[in-house]
Amino acid sequence: MSNIREKISTVLPEAVIEDGEIMQVTVPDAKWHDFAKTLRDDRELSFDFLVTIVGMDWKENGMGCIYYFASTRHNSRISVKVMAGGDRERPLIHSIHDLWAIATVFEREVYDFFGIIFINNPDMRRLFLNIDWKGFPLRKDYDENPDINPVSIENERQTDFTDVWTETPDGKVEKHERRIFQPDDFVVNIGPQHPATHGVLRFRTAVDGEIIKKIDIYLGYIHRGVEKICEKDTYPQTLHFMDRLDYFSAHPYHHCLCMLIEEAAGIEISRRAQVIRVLMDELSRIASHCLFIGTYCMDLGATTMLFYTLRVREQILDIMERTCGARMTFNYDCIGGVMQDLHPDFVKDVHALLDVLPANIKEYNKIFTGNVIARNRMENVGVLTRKDAISWAVTGPNGRGSGWACDVRKCNPYSIYSELEFDEVVREECDSMARFKVRMDEMVQSARIIAQLIDNIPEGDYCVKVPKVLKLPVGHWFKTVEGCRGTFGIYLESDGGTMPYRLKIAPPCLPAAAVVDHITEGQKIADLITIGGSLDYIVPDIDR
Amino acid sequence: MQDLSVGTAWLHSFLTGYIPEWAAVTLECLLIGVGLMLLYAVLALFYILFERKVCAYFQCRLGPNRVGPWGLLQSIADMFKILIKELISLNHVDKFLFALAPYLVIIASMLAFAVLPWGNGLQIIDFNVGIFFLLAVSSIGVLGILLAGWSSNNKFTLIGALRSGAQMVSYELSMGLCVVTMVIMAGTMSVGGIVEAQSHLWFIFSGHIPAIIAFVIFMIAGTAETNRGPFDLPEAESELTAGYHTEYSGIHFGFFYLAEYLNLFIVSGVAALLFFGGWMPLHIPGWDGFNAVMDFIPSPIWFIGKAIALSFIIIWFKWTFPRLRIDQLLTLEWKYLLPINLFNLVLMVMIVTFGLYL
Amino acid sequence: MEVTTKGMPYEAWKDNEYIEKLVKELQDSGVNVVVGSFDKLINWGRSNSIWPLTFATSCCGIEFVSLGAARYDMARFGWEVARASPRQADFMMVAGTIVHRMVPVFRRLYDQLAEPKYVIACGSCAISGGPFKKSYHVAMGIEDIVPVDVFIPGCPPRPEAMIYGIMQLSRKIKVEKFFGGVNRQEKQEEFLKAHPVAGVND
Repeated sequence: MSNIREKISTVLPEAVIEDGEIMQVTVPDAKWHDFAKTLRDDRELSFDFLVTIVGMDWKENGMGCIYYFASTRHNSRISVKVMAGGDRERPLIHSIHDLWAIATVFEREVYDFFGIIFINNPDMRRLFLNIDWKGFPLRKDYDENPDINPVSIENERQTDFTDVWTETPDGKVEKHERRIFQPDDFVVNIGPQHPATHGVLRFRTAVDGEIIKKIDIYLGYIHRGVEKICEKDTYPQTLHFMDRLDYFSAHPYHHCLCMLIEEAAGIEISRRAQVIRVLMDELSRIASHCLFIGTYCMDLGATTMLFYTLRVREQILDIMERTCGARMTFNYDCIGGVMQDLHPDFVKDVHALLDVLPANIKEYNKIFTGNVIARNRMENVGVLTRKDAISWAVTGPNGRGSGWACDVRKCNPYSIYSELEFDEVVREECDSMARFKVRMDEMVQSARIIAQLIDNIPEGDYCVKVPKVLKLPVGHWFKTVEGCRGTFGIYLESDGGTMPYRLKIAPPCLPAAAVVDHITEGQKIADLITIGGSLDYIVPDIDR
Repeated sequence: MQDLSVGTAWLHSFLTGYIPEWAAVTLECLLIGVGLMLLYAVLALFYILFERKVCAYFQCRLGPNRVGPWGLLQSIADMFKILIKELISLNHVDKFLFALAPYLVIIASMLAFAVLPWGNGLQIIDFNVGIFFLLAVSSIGVLGILLAGWSSNNKFTLIGALRSGAQMVSYELSMGLCVVTMVIMAGTMSVGGIVEAQSHLWFIFSGHIPAIIAFVIFMIAGTAETNRGPFDLPEAESELTAGYHTEYSGIHFGFFYLAEYLNLFIVSGVAALLFFGGWMPLHIPGWDGFNAVMDFIPSPIWFIGKAIALSFIIIWFKWTFPRLRIDQLLTLEWKYLLPINLFNLVLMVMIVTFGLYL
Repeated sequence: MEVTTKGMPYEAWKDNEYIEKLVKELQDSGVNVVVGSFDKLINWGRSNSIWPLTFATSCCGIEFVSLGAARYDMARFGWEVARASPRQADFMMVAGTIVHRMVPVFRRLYDQLAEPKYVIACGSCAISGGPFKKSYHVAMGIEDIVPVDVFIPGCPPRPEAMIYGIMQLSRKIKVEKFFGGVNRQEKQEEFLKAHPVAGVND
C-alpha cells in the first residue's frame, strides 16, 4: 500500500491521496489520461483490470467519475476520482477507452445516466435509453414527470451514426459523426425478441453470407432504473432489488449489499448467519450453473438436456422454498443476518442433494460433453485470450475459462470463504468449451463447500438486532462478491440519511455482453449463439 | 401371404361391368385420391402426436394427456385450431410465390406417396422407374422451401432458405447414391421389383456389409433431407426464429408442419423399402414354419410398422444430439459421406458381380 | 352452462361470475343449432390447442421455463409447442417487466400475432409495474398497450399459478363465437382503434 502511495506521489505530485480500505486518488482531468496509462503499464502498479466506472453528481460540487481498478498481478485495488471539466450543461472527461477496452461501454453508461461526455470515446451514444430520451436520469435534478418521456408505442428512431467528441490542439471540443455500419452492409437484426438472446437483448449484426462482420449491441430493453429507485428507498428497501437483477444469483447479490451496509453501519453478524449465507450462495451457484448448462445445450439444439438439468435445479429450489418461502425472489439475507431460521429439514434435504449431484454431473458429461457434435460446435469457438478477458473485464467463469484466476472468493475473500477449502477452477483453452467446463467443475467445488459446512452449522442467532431506522454515516464504500456470473460490485455513497445518496451496481454481465462483438468477428451466425450462450449473460443484470 | 391386388382387381372388374372403362378408371383415381388425402391427414396427425409423446418420455415428462383419452385427440384439436387461424397477408411480399410455396412442399410429399409399397398389391402405381420417380418428386420440396424463404422478404427466412437449399441439394446426392447401391443389389428400379427381390431375405441381411453402410448413410442423409435435428438448420429455432416459415401463419404454416412429418414418414418408408423389404414379411431361408407364421401378418401392417420403427430412430436422433453448424454439415456430406458412398457403390458392384451376397 | 376443463370441478374455479357473464352474453344473442354445434367444435379445438409465443423479459420467464420442464410439464395440456415466430403462436405470456424502450417492440409483436390472439399479463410488473413503480423507465402495466385477457399475480407467479391462468384463458376461449357476433374480438377492435399505431392497419 505504502509503495503504491509513494509511486503515485512521484508520478503525479498534485494527486490527492485518501487512505481507506481501497485507496482513493483524486486526479485532475487534464492529467487523467497520462496518469491512467502509468497506472496500467507501470510494473509496480499494473492496475490492468477496470472494475467499474461510477458516475457521480455532487450537485453544486460538480460532477465526476470514480474509477475502480484492480491489479491482477499484485492483487491490490485502487480507486481514482476525476472531476469533470466544463459546465453542468456539458461536463467533459477524457476517455480511457484506448487503455481498457471495456471503458468504451462503461463510459457510454455514464454518459447515458449523467450526460458526462468522454472526449475521444469512439462511440458516444446512449447505452440504455433511446436516442430521443430527454434528460439524464441519474442526475439529482432530473425531472421524472412522465409527460416529458411518455410511454410511446411508435417505433423508436434509429440511426446508423454515432457521435465522437474530439479535442483540437487549442483545447476546443468538437462533435463529429461516425458511421457504424457501411451503406452496403447486410444487417440482420437479432433480438430483442429472439429465442437465443436469453432475454431482450438486441444485436444488429452485419453479415457476409454466414460470416459475421460486426455486431452492434443494443441494451436497455429491460432497463428498469434500479439505481435511481434505490436513491428513493431506505436501506432495507433497497435490498429486494438485488433479487431481480440476476435472478439466479439472488443470494450472492443480497449478500453483497448486506455486507456493505453492515460494514458501513458497523454491525457485526453472528457466525450462524454467515454460514447460512455462504450455504445459500453456493446452493444458488449450483442451481444457476444447472440452468446455464440446460439452456446452453438447448441453444445448441440438444433440448433434452434442459430437462435433466432442471431436475437438480428443482430440487435446490425446493430446499430454498422451505427455508426462504419463495422459489425465485427470496429476499432472504437482511441487514444483520438472515430473515428467518433454517427449516428443520434443511440439513437432510441438502444431504439428499449432495448424494444425487455427482451421478447427475456424470450423466451430463455422458450425454453432452463427450458428444462429437457438441465438441465440434464448442471447441475453438469464441476464443477470448487472457489479455482480452482482463481488458474487457470479463470475470467469473468466463474469465476463468480464459485462464484468468479472478475468483473474488480467493483473491479478496469475504465472509468465511478464507476458512473454506475449495479450488479455483481455471482452464487455459479460452474457448466456449472451457467456459462450459469451468461451470461444470464449479458445481463440484460448490458441493465441496456445502459438504464442509452442512454438518457444522453453529448454533446462535440467525439475525442480530438492528435499529429500526437505519442511518449510515457520511462516506463511501465499495464491495465485491463472486456472483454466479462473475465479480459483482456495489458502490454506496451516503450523505448521512436513511437513504443512499448513490448506489451504483457493477454487474458482471455487462462486460460479458459487451465482449460479444470482439469475439464473434469472423465467426458464423451459429457461433454467435454458441458464444452468447457460453458467456451466459442475464439481461436484467446488464440493464439493471 | 394375402395378395390384396385380388381385391382391387375385383373392384375394377365390378366397376367395368356397369360403366365404361374410362369412367371406371376416373372413378378409381378419384377414390384413390380421396383415400390418399385421408391417409395423409391421419398419418400426419398420428406422427405429430407420436413425436410429442416420444420426446416427452425421453425428457421424463408425460406429454399430452388431457385432450381425449391419453391425449389422443390433441393433434386433432391442433388441426381444428390451425384450420381457422388467420392467414396474415403481408405487404411487400411476392404474393403469388408466397402462397405457392406451401403447396409445392405438400404436393412433393403427396406425390411420393404414390409409389410407396403400402402392401402386397396395394401400390398405387408401380412402374419401371418407381424409385427414380420418388427421388425426383421429393426434390420438388426444396423448391418450395427456397421460394418460401425468398418470397417472405425477411432476412431470417432468406438465410434459412439458403441454408436449406445447400443442405438438401448436398444430401440428395448421398441419398441417391444409397438408392443406386441398393438398386444394383435388386437389379431393378421398379418398387415392386425391389420388394420381390427381398422375398427370401431382406437386403439389410443379404447385402451384409455394403447394405449396412448404405443403410447408415441413408438414415443420416434422410434425417438431413427432412430438415430434422441434428440437421434442422433451416429452421434452427435458437438461431433463425423459425427459419424459412417464420412469416407463415394459419394453414399455410400447417402445411409446412405437416410436410415435415410426412417427409419423415416417406424417408422411413423408403428405408424400409430398400433395406427391410417394404411390405415383405420377415423371411429366413430354411425356417419354413416361421416364414409361414410371418406371412399371416397383413402386409400393410408390416410396411407401416417398419416405417414407424425407423421414424422412431430419427426422432431419437433429434432429441439427443445438438445441432450441427452449416459448414460442419456440408463437410460431413462432401468430405465423409460422399467418398464412403462411392466406395460402397464399388463394393456393392463387386459383391453382386461375384455373387457374394447371402 | 358450466364451463370447465377435464378433471376440474366447476366449483373449484375462483371467478365463475365472470365466465357466467360471458355465457349469458353468448346465450342472449341466440344461435342456430347447426352453427352452434360448429362453434362448439371450433371452440373445443381452440381451447385445447393454445400455443405460446416464446416471449420473456425477466424473472417470470424463468418460471415459464420451469413450467415447461418435467415437474410441471405444460405439455400435458398441449401448450408445449412454443413458437418462436409470432405468426404461428396463439397467445403471448407477458412474463416480465415491459419498459419504455420495449413497448414498441412488444406492441409490434402483438400486432404480428395471427387472430385469434390472446394476452396473459404474468407477474406484477406486467400488471402494474410491480416493485418498479417508482421507476422512470417502466411501463406501469401493459393494459394501456394491448388488450389483456388474463392476469396472473405474483412476483414471480408460481408455475401452478401459471397453469391456472392459462386454464382460465382456455375457459374464456370456450365461450367465444366464431360465426356471427363474436363477443371478444369486438372489444379488441375498439381497443385497437383507441390505441392506433402509425403505419399498421389492423
